[in-house]
Amino acid sequence: MDKIKLKVTNLQKVFPANGRREKDLDALKDINLEVRESEFVVMVGPSGCGKSTLINIIGGLADATEGSVEIDGREVSGPGADRGMVFQGYSLFPWLTVQKNIEFGLKMKKVPKAERAKIAQEYIQLVGLSGFENALPKQLSGGMKQRVAIARTLANQPEILLMDEPFGALDAQTRVVMQELLAKISRETKNTILFITHDIDEAILLADRIYVMSRRPGTIREVMEVNIPGERNHEILVTPEFLAMKRKIMEMLWQESQDAALDK
Amino acid sequence: MKKKTGRISTGALSLISFCVIIAAWCILTYGGFLNEIFMPSPTAVWNSLLEMAGDGSLWEHCFLSTKRVMIGWFWSAVAALPIGMLMARSKCFSAVIQPIIEFARYLPVVALVPLTILYLGIDENQKYVIIFLGTFFQLVLMVCDTVSSIEKNMLNAASTLGANKLQLYTEVIFPAALPGLMDDFRMTIGWAWTYLVVAEMVAASAGLGYIILKSQRFLATDVIFAGLIMIGLIGLVTDFILRILTKIIVPWHERLGD
Ligand SMILES: Nc1ncnc2c1ncn2[C@@H]1O[C@H](COP(=O)(O)OP(=O)(O)OP(=O)(O)O)[C@@H](O)[C@H]1O
Ligand SMILES: [Mg+2]
Repeated sequence: MDKIKLKVTNLQKVFPANGRREKDLDALKDINLEVRESEFVVMVGPSGCGKSTLINIIGGLADATEGSVEIDGREVSGPGADRGMVFQGYSLFPWLTVQKNIEFGLKMKKVPKAERAKIAQEYIQLVGLSGFENALPKQLSGGMKQRVAIARTLANQPEILLMDEPFGALDAQTRVVMQELLAKISRETKNTILFITHDIDEAILLADRIYVMSRRPGTIREVMEVNIPGERNHEILVTPEFLAMKRKIMEMLWQESQDAALDK
Repeated sequence: MKKKTGRISTGALSLISFCVIIAAWCILTYGGFLNEIFMPSPTAVWNSLLEMAGDGSLWEHCFLSTKRVMIGWFWSAVAALPIGMLMARSKCFSAVIQPIIEFARYLPVVALVPLTILYLGIDENQKYVIIFLGTFFQLVLMVCDTVSSIEKNMLNAASTLGANKLQLYTEVIFPAALPGLMDDFRMTIGWAWTYLVVAEMVAASAGLGYIILKSQRFLATDVIFAGLIMIGLIGLVTDFILRILTKIIVPWHERLGD
């Protein structure tokens, strides 16, 4: 049994009533989840169910109302380099070159310059950006920007990688390329990853395990192991195992959205 | 703002607009439509410029005024930068400072001149203080605004990459705000010239503001115009230098219309 890397226990999040909202808003309820070392966990759920809220709490960018987040058995609060995040908007630093962006976390840790450059070079190659070391973010396409963002987070060697719909803004072809790249990276680097998406294909393609969330207030509705043998690439999208799984998740999400409609 | 017409034609446009103004000036004065005392002719203004340039007094006045503007404005920028940044980032600090700034910025600087003379006399420091008072409070609010509008995502990214509080300021907030700050600086340096003239008109024995006021007594409108033109020209050059500087300091910045 692998070590547990991330453990979320009885997490609740309430956005309190304010001038614009009359009632408290229950965003997350009774969230329990675990991510094991080197595991790739994907969360899917209907829009507005609290996925971003959850990952921001884990990343320390927001506070939980109740419950705890542990990394390697140690409770964490506030952001830290142990939990690297990749966002949908690439949020690169526009004044830094590709290489300097990737070195950013290392610079914060005061890693010497020569060593920084060496590590950055490794990750530049890993994400396939050789030759663009000195380019500025404004000179890159969306897919390339997201490669930089991923390399920047990986170079910092976090305990876990938190990704909130990182490919949501990319066109369909670039998306597939990036999914395959990420699958390859996670296989090679053995990183622990928690990944959020509402794209079911993407979820099954990437995940070792999938958590399906319910509509708001977000709870964990089901946990599924993905047992598709062989390399993860777009070819598995048409295998029977894949399609059976896709159907199951679609039905769950479909039901959630129907129930949501009935609630109103 | 440069349109698709390209560099040369936008430059030409600027030149044309200048020429139209000069042409209108020529027609109104040489044509005898306006009294020479109210509106001197280009020749008269040119001659008084030449005369002052000849005895060197023009350059002395220009130099002195520019020096006052630069020093007064420099201290205002140095003080406004950290205060504005802190205001944008800390609710507590902002709660303490904001009311004071908002109050102070509505005090007309002209009304403060008597006090500054009382406290500081009429030496150079008094000029710097007037320019400081005129620009500081506005600049603090502008810096605060610029820093507040930094993308939250960038700060989130930096803190999850392990940046501590100080590093957030030096490595992210400052560089991210820099393009906006350069614009703020450019604006306030223009206002600094306004307050300089205020300072020099009240209590000075040299400077462009001083010669403008002195000429009024002798109805030497040609000298007044010469002074105004010099202020305008120095402003134009300062603005130009700051624009170039902005391009050099923040080459990564993408601007609408570029
Ligand atoms: N800062 C906030 N204040 C108040 N309510 C918020 C805040 N952030 C999120 N919410 C609410 O919490 C709920 C969950 O939002 P969240 O962004 O986590 O959803 P999501 O699952 O990421 O949705 P999507 O798939 O569209 O990205 C939404 O109803 C949203 O309106
Ligand atoms: Mg979201």
